[in-house]
Amino acid sequence: MDLNELETLRTRITASRDKDKPCITVCGGTGCHAYGCLKVAQAFRDEVRRLGLSDKVAVRQTGCHGFCERGPIVVLQPKGIFYQRIQLADVPEVVSKTVIEGLVIERLLYAEPKTGARIVAERDVPFYKRQHRRIFGSNGHLDPTDIDDYLALDGYRALAKVLSEMAPADVIAEINSAGLRGRGGAGFPTGRKWEICRAAHGEVKYVICNADEGDPGAYMDRSLLEGNPHSVIEGMIIGAYAIGSHEGFVYVRNEYPLAVENVGIAVEAARKHGLLGKSILGSKFDFDIRIFKGAGAFVSGEETSLMSSIEGRRASPRQKPPFPAQSGLWGKPTNINNVETWANVPWIIRNGAKAYSQIGTQDSKGTKIFALVGKINNTGLVEVPMGMKLREIIFEIGGGIKGGKEFKAVQTGGPSGGCMPTELLDLPIDYASLAQAGSMMGSGGMIVMDEGTCMVDVARYFLHFTQEESCGKCVPCRVGTRQMAEILARITRGEGVESDVERLETLAKTVKAGSLCGLGQTAPNPVLTTLRYFRKEYDAHIKERRCPALVCKAFLAFDIDKRKCVGCLLCLKACPVKAVSGEIKKPHSIDQTLCIKCGACFEVCPPKVRAVTKTSGASAPERVLP
Amino acid sequence: MANMEAVLAGVAPVRSELIHALHHAQAELGHVPPEAVARIARRLRISESEVYGVLTFYKAFSLEPKGKHVVTICSGTACHVRGAPRIVEEFQRKLGVEAGSTTPDREYTLETVNCVGACALGPIVIIDGNYHGQVKTTEVHKLVEGCRRSQAKEG
Repeated sequence: MDLNELETLRTRITASRDKDKPCITVCGGTGCHAYGCLKVAQAFRDEVRRLGLSDKVAVRQTGCHGFCERGPIVVLQPKGIFYQRIQLADVPEVVSKTVIEGLVIERLLYAEPKTGARIVAERDVPFYKRQHRRIFGSNGHLDPTDIDDYLALDGYRALAKVLSEMAPADVIAEINSAGLRGRGGAGFPTGRKWEICRAAHGEVKYVICNADEGDPGAYMDRSLLEGNPHSVIEGMIIGAYAIGSHEGFVYVRNEYPLAVENVGIAVEAARKHGLLGKSILGSKFDFDIRIFKGAGAFVSGEETSLMSSIEGRRASPRQKPPFPAQSGLWGKPTNINNVETWANVPWIIRNGAKAYSQIGTQDSKGTKIFALVGKINNTGLVEVPMGMKLREIIFEIGGGIKGGKEFKAVQTGGPSGGCMPTELLDLPIDYASLAQAGSMMGSGGMIVMDEGTCMVDVARYFLHFTQEESCGKCVPCRVGTRQMAEILARITRGEGVESDVERLETLAKTVKAGSLCGLGQTAPNPVLTTLRYFRKEYDAHIKERRCPALVCKAFLAFDIDKRKCVGCLLCLKACPVKAVSGEIKKPHSIDQTLCIKCGACFEVCPPKVRAVTKTSGASAPERVLP
Repeated sequence: MANMEAVLAGVAPVRSELIHALHHAQAELGHVPPEAVARIARRLRISESEVYGVLTFYKAFSLEPKGKHVVTICSGTACHVRGAPRIVEEFQRKLGVEAGSTTPDREYTLETVNCVGACALGPIVIIDGNYHGQVKTTEVHKLVEGCRRSQAKEG
């Protein structure tokens, strides 16, 4: 296919599509998958067929809409009516009432939690309203397995422009002037990176898409690859053209089967349409992409480790310099960018650097997608302009803290990031201010924690994580993270000593300074930030032998308030070790010598009764030793 | 072993195919036994120790066969702050094995995973590929029994 044929095809696709034709879009992201969206989509198809409406109504399983909290999500186009938490039983009613009669079903609409007001259109839901869905927005409109959908939304127009009008240096200049920085976390200027790789000596050069999104609690890259794989592929082709590379790799995390599948389908379709392979769109440029499935190692997200992994080795990092741009995969100049970075490229080319850099801050342009998760009302993926304040993201878009609890901290940057307290809620999100606060942008995980989260336990969790994922090549990381993890575990077990804090600080400095790769260099961040902002909690564990957030088991005690207990037997039945004794309608009691502190009794005690208490410290009943 | 042929199907004799070949073996055989290691080493012309070195580095591959039912508990940060550790403990108690191991009767394998990216549903337990969201400790018993029952039905 050449340039003209691409435009002819695009015109044909758009002409064959009636903009006003009703279309039932069902979110097909992994979150909605888990809720059972596949069955819902199939039920819609069956129902439409049963009513003989197949010609008049389209059903489309789209990419992720981002509002995972409310899945499965169904949006009815062209009006954009937004239904949430759709169950199989709702399907016939949606088709007969909304699709056929045009009536809105109140109960399926999103209700504003504060006022209870029902909201009809997707764009008016507060979760979406304040977002700026430049990169992520198309997800909800296209079927990722159908290249026609992408073409209908101006897909591959940027590539056509690049191949017909722009020299490689022009492309790099455009990306540079847009101010795009790496979305994988470190924030290196993308255009600069391409320039270095282009200038590097060697005939053979590689480009890689890093889709080894290992940060726990971050899944925006997966949603892009699953929901709009062509945007990533188009970005890669443009990048390869700018750099002068003819072979690319997408390194996808093994835990993301749907992403592997969809990107595979997309690469196949692009090849079939002459968008990958020899003489792309009739030009002299050749480029193809291979998909490489990772094998479950967090460290392979680090660029040099990822390359080792493609070469068929253990994912261990190499010394830098030489940087991958000079000597990367198989010793050849290699340019590696993250999924979201690649997806930004077609937008910049289509709309121009000027339009791109109009939003954002001085040194961080454009938007950033975050995975807003944890103790938050509206869990989901949010795309916001760089520079938006944490408070706005968490309280306006995210709808505040679950269960009306008190906000405690927000953690960004995955295991390499830090925890930021209430005082920093007005921090604008960009590369520099996050780094200054001791955290980092990272790939975009944003984990919200409430008063019921113990910060010492969180630090322990992250250090346990990095210690397990340390590849073991360099000593500071291998030994240092282990020591830190052990100290933190000891503190949460109630065996902390006062010198532990100082020891943690010394170790943190050594590990940061001496580690070979980003994993070790950033591993101490969760400890350092929790020490900086939540020192009191460490002191409570070490000096007062209590866990203020009521998380660390060693300090907990469960008991039953005899004045409140109605004797309903619920906790007695739930207790796995038979530590609860009592009779019906008589107050129960817990045998502290048997209790394993699993919290089952606390969980089942009816909210109206609340007789089971969970305490820590002085008010806790003494554990009677036999 | 007929499956063993499938392991090497489409695997080119170059080092960079190693992880690809191991994925094949794991998918076909449920684990990577010594015979598969030997075959892969011969095909790629590398030593068996090198194959073991890579195989044991990555979590996706196992030397031991897995149990009939695989229980995977998400230990991502979002699940962690929502109480995943208590769920892990409860499964460990119910099944009598530590996370990362298989029951002696080879019925259950209990494992944790760093994040499955379905954070709205946390804490998440995946049993034989089926997602169970917002799991409570008191529901663990039901989930284990659910496996046993579906098995009885099949039997």
